[in-house]
Amino acid sequence: MEEILADPAHQAYGEEIARRGAVSGGARLRPVADATTVRVRDGETLVSDGPFAETKDFVGGIDIIECADLDDAIAIAAKHPYAGRGCVEVRPVWE
Amino acid sequence: MTAPETVRAAVDAAYRDEWGQVVGTLIGLTGNWDLAEDCAQDAFAAALATWGRDGVPDRPGAWLTTTARNRATDRLRRDANGAAKLRQLAVLERDPAGPPAQEIPDERLRLIFTCCHPALPFPARVALTLRTLAGLGTGEIAKAFLTAESAMAQRLVRAKRKIVEAGIPYRVPPAELLPQRLAAVLAVLYLIFNAGYDEDDGRRALAAEGVHLARTLVRLMPDEPEARGLLALMLLLEARRASRTDGGVLVTLEHQDRSRWDRALIEEGLTTLDRALAARRSGPYQVQAAIAACHATAPDAASTDWPQIAVLYAELARLAPSPVVELNRAVAIAMADGIPAGLALVDDLTASGELDGYHLLPATRADLLRRDGRLAEAATSYREALELAPTEAERRYLNGRLSEL
Repeated sequence: MEEILADPAHQAYGEEIARRGAVSGGARLRPVADATTVRVRDGETLVSDGPFAETKDFVGGIDIIECADLDDAIAIAAKHPYAGRGCVEVRPVWE
Repeated sequence: MTAPETVRAAVDAAYRDEWGQVVGTLIGLTGNWDLAEDCAQDAFAAALATWGRDGVPDRPGAWLTTTARNRATDRLRRDANGAAKLRQLAVLERDPAGPPAQEIPDERLRLIFTCCHPALPFPARVALTLRTLAGLGTGEIAKAFLTAESAMAQRLVRAKRKIVEAGIPYRVPPAELLPQRLAAVLAVLYLIFNAGYDEDDGRRALAAEGVHLARTLVRLMPDEPEARGLLALMLLLEARRASRTDGGVLVTLEHQDRSRWDRALIEEGLTTLDRALAARRSGPYQVQAAIAACHATAPDAASTDWPQIAVLYAELARLAPSPVVELNRAVAIAMADGIPAGLALVDDLTASGELDGYHLLPATRADLLRRDGRLAEAATSYREALELAPTEAERRYLNGRLSEL
């Protein structure tokens, strides 16, 4: 994180966004290697390693949620209606 | 002074029995997988150096855990530079003497469920289990899975990083998650066993490792019939391993020399299976073990209880549906109800296309046609199977059959 704060390109971008007064929230995601994908099919929660990768998929939205651990995050992801049709990708954020 | 060979034997035995427990305890205390492994390694090195002088301790596991724990405390104190490390240190120092050995909870269960968490890639679960629980070296694991050591090291590093960064909890899953998570653990143990089952080289050790891990799991979870079912299955398969090949050529069950089957392993497998079944909660491993038991208890191939095996495959297909199970069921039906009934099932499977490219589909069909005296058709199917067979041993077997027609 220090590296990003020290990077002039990131600083310029941050200043531009601040000048517009348009920031309503954000987080820096950890790498895809830390991603976990959750699907619910026939009432069963299916957990797999990695991001959801099918090229035709699209990101429909994001939720930033405080969780105790990955099992907690998986349980919440499984409750999302889209977990039953598409899938929910769980990604930790840098703190 | 204790003789060097006595010390060596005691350390080897402790390594086998206690490695997972020492590593597991250290991870539980520090949350740091690398530190845990390093300090466990140090503790075993210290044992080699001092047990000769001081004698082998009464409880080697407790000695090793305390030594590893002290080592971790020293190392954290030495490089304590961040709040996280100081917190770890505080936890370690709160109880410097450690709890009495009898009360040390078995940490291996938390360890194994964490290593086999479904959010980790399957090959990483296998590697991590062999490394942290069984204590195999990265090089050994790489060799067993025909991977470069650097690639295997990378796989282990990534897995450990994901556990920490994605927040995979270090625990035995709560009751509502347990059935699914236990199935994931059993799948890893069965893969470890199978990776060594048919091999005569260094990989052979994996089969023994698989049995050892399954035994440990049964001790830790005595009320889980599927864990016991898996152990029974491994024992019953291991019992007939010696007769599975003859001079590098695969020998089918029908032609195996049953006098070479290991009676003691069969007895233990059957007793283990009976205890599993007594819980009256069936599952795929218990059913597979029951099938293996039917073969193990038949005095010769002709007296195999095929109707019973057909029923068991039907049960397995219900519990864990798969086209490969269907194919096995077809063979059992052919042997129990007559070849045409089995062939009809094989033809259904062929039509479904689910096993396209799988050499055992045409090989099975060929075998049934041969038994039915339809030799020309059998030859066509054997040739089809030869095209698809993945190993030299299997091609040799199929060629042998083809030339006998």
